[in-house]
Amino acid sequence: MHEEIIVAGFGGQGVIMAGKLLCVAAMNEDKYVSHIPSYGAEMRGGTANCSVVISDKEISSPTVPKPSIAIVMNTPSLVKFEPRVKSGGLLIYNSSLIDQKPKRTDITTVGIKANDISEAEGSVRAANMAVIGKLQALKPEIASLDSVIKALDVVISARNRKHNDTNIKVLKKANL
Amino acid sequence: METKNFKYVYDRPEALVDKVTHYCPGCGHGIVHKLLAEVIDELGVREKAIIIAPVGCSVLIYDYMNFDGCEASHGRAPAVATGLKRVNPDNVVISYQGDGDLLAIGTAEAVHVANRGENITTIFINNAIYGMTGGQMAPTTMEKQITATTPYGRDPMDVGFPIRGCELLNTLEAPVFIERCSIYDFKNTLKTKKAIKKGIKNQIEGRGYSFIEVLSTCPTNWGMKPQEAANWVKDTMVPYYPLGNFRDN
Amino acid sequence: MSEKILMKGNEALGEAAIIAGCRFYFGYPITPQNEVPAYMSRRLPRVGGTFLQAESELAAINMVYGASAAGARVMTSSSSPGISLKQEGLSYIAGAELPCVVVNIMRGGPGLGNIAGSQGDYFQSTRGGGNGDYRQLVLTPATVQEMADLTLLAFDLADEYRIAVLILGDGYLGQISEALTLPKPTGKVFEKPWALTGAKGRKPNKVASLRLVPETSLEELNLVLNEKYKKISAKECRSESYLTEDAEYLLVAYGTSSRICREAVNELREEGIKAGLFRLITAWPFPAEALQIASAKAKKILTVEMSLGQMIEDVKLSVKDPERVDFYGRSGGMLPETDEIKRRIKAYGN
Ligand SMILES: Cc1ncc(C[n+]2csc(CCOP(=O)(O)OP(=O)(O)O)c2C)c(N)n1
Ligand code: SF4
Ligand SMILES: [Mg+2]
Repeated sequence: MHEEIIVAGFGGQGVIMAGKLLCVAAMNEDKYVSHIPSYGAEMRGGTANCSVVISDKEISSPTVPKPSIAIVMNTPSLVKFEPRVKSGGLLIYNSSLIDQKPKRTDITTVGIKANDISEAEGSVRAANMAVIGKLQALKPEIASLDSVIKALDVVISARNRKHNDTNIKVLKKANL
Repeated sequence: METKNFKYVYDRPEALVDKVTHYCPGCGHGIVHKLLAEVIDELGVREKAIIIAPVGCSVLIYDYMNFDGCEASHGRAPAVATGLKRVNPDNVVISYQGDGDLLAIGTAEAVHVANRGENITTIFINNAIYGMTGGQMAPTTMEKQITATTPYGRDPMDVGFPIRGCELLNTLEAPVFIERCSIYDFKNTLKTKKAIKKGIKNQIEGRGYSFIEVLSTCPTNWGMKPQEAANWVKDTMVPYYPLGNFRDN
Repeated sequence: MSEKILMKGNEALGEAAIIAGCRFYFGYPITPQNEVPAYMSRRLPRVGGTFLQAESELAAINMVYGASAAGARVMTSSSSPGISLKQEGLSYIAGAELPCVVVNIMRGGPGLGNIAGSQGDYFQSTRGGGNGDYRQLVLTPATVQEMADLTLLAFDLADEYRIAVLILGDGYLGQISEALTLPKPTGKVFEKPWALTGAKGRKPNKVASLRLVPETSLEELNLVLNEKYKKISAKECRSESYLTEDAEYLLVAYGTSSRICREAVNELREEGIKAGLFRLITAWPFPAEALQIASAKAKKILTVEMSLGQMIEDVKLSVKDPERVDFYGRSGGMLPETDEIKRRIKAYGN
């Protein structure tokens, strides 16, 4: 298993954190992981993304110029990252906020109403959990759902851990 | 709709470039930029003016001002201003600086440009934080204020009390004009504009060094909504940093 | 087995400094190393240490000078423009033979440049950016684990040789999170009889670089320093040779660019092309002998940097037949690309 993943969206959608969640879950299953966030001025203008590599083998280059998986939470991220996905790769997009359909036919594209699922559980802030739940269902070899849930306790700051019940509900709801 | 009988009562100043700034919603920098541009227009000195950008969130101010502009390294704007002004005394030279830029890394330059009575105008944006680098303690950060590098709150016994720039410079002989204003509401914003105008007029008349401190907002790094940030200036900053004129020679 | 944690490079470095017994940190904010001061401001007060945000990098390095003269393990960190401001202090630290650790998480330059990772400060680091005849040890980590491990090494080397040790990382290494096994303290203890602690029951100690009278004594100091530098050059060269034994094509790199090179080597090997990687772990002293061995069979040597060519000068000075040395680099915060490295290596074969 070797996946090179981009998670992208608005600042505040929790994309950096979603990437970290995957890393901690996979790391605890003894896989190699790396995570690079976009930072500083790149973040101005309100977009954020992270490059994540998860692998059975030691990771050489942590950069992700051509992701095997792209998770996009808003339209600008779809526009930016859809063309970069490796042929045969996977694109998960947040169809709650993205109206247009992906154009590529040489990759698997999966829409998920991340915001709607999150809101149904009483919070708009867990949309990132929905896409991670979906990814876990499609690519269980990255990490088990159990590991992802356990990783929440590491990745979420003590202050926000009270929301973990909601996070877990959304993860599971989207895990089909 | 027929518009030819309308006349413009409010327009973008010529000195301001028609461009969306990169500032966060509710940030004070944009407001002060606009005031400065209006003043430059009203005094008719656009073609003589030179803005010196600091290192801080306003590092791109020269892209927003429709007149000459110059970058300076962090804290050195007053020195760069001195060089520019000494070569071309007819230019109107404005050094625009943040609190980290002016009162931390650039304290020496800030004090000495004032002490020499350099015929320039300084606009000092005090937002009690390092905006650009993500919210670390500034020399003007309030007591107990939590920042990225004062996670337990600013403790004056450890890192000193917040520095009052106007009062500090007011101990020097040379400056001709020192005033502290704010942009937290409309009335004070007008006063700020008046002070900036006075500061630049002084320079045009060759009177010497003018220093205008503006208590400003950084909603992003304060973790507040724009209105909360404006209130915080009024309720927390103003009591420590009193508004008003310190010198007008 | 010890616990693995996911940690950012900048924070791993901060934690490693604390493990190494560093209790004093002085610095000034600058991206992309802001997590170092933020981390130290949280942790140091909890372990009885002192974090102080200086008013400038110039002040910070002189606080380091003072803390080191007092005998403490002390660190400062910054990124390229801030490191430029520290050069004066580093020259004085070299002259006074004070141990300290200085971290440069490089960003794009010259000038304000940008905040993306870069390797544009190799010359400044290895040639000495301050005045005078001096050297400093330069360590070049390539992973989060090395950010931590080399920090421990840096403190030991600094104390052993009474020298500034520079940890030369870049913005990507500062920002990347990877699995980290926290290193254990090395347990080495260094006596500091020269430290300024008050002349109680001993002759007064002096920490200084000034050598005015007699006129020859400055040269004496320089000769003493030079002996030290020679010893370091002989003993402290570090590098990693990856698949170099039969390598016909050798990549030479350090830090983040070495990771991209490693990927290229793996992919080239899969295609049956004998590529190898020589990675610096110390940039000064430059591991010239190891590079000669690694490049023995190489038809071509491709130096890969996140700059437009600085380390290549050391590579050319070190290898036999320097006309074999070629260059590929990206600058201004851009990264070299695996595909481009492979394309170039394959082109040599034709
Ligand atoms: C020599 C040097 N050190 C540090 C920095 C990083 N830096 C950029 S802006 C800034 C502080 C800005 O704060 P302030 O002056 O208060 O301006 P604001 O962003 O709040 O308007 C710092 C430390 C730099 N660019 N150069
Ligand atoms: S970070 Fe603060 S000072 Fe900078 S643009 Fe945003 S609100 Fe303004
Ligand atoms: Mg500020």
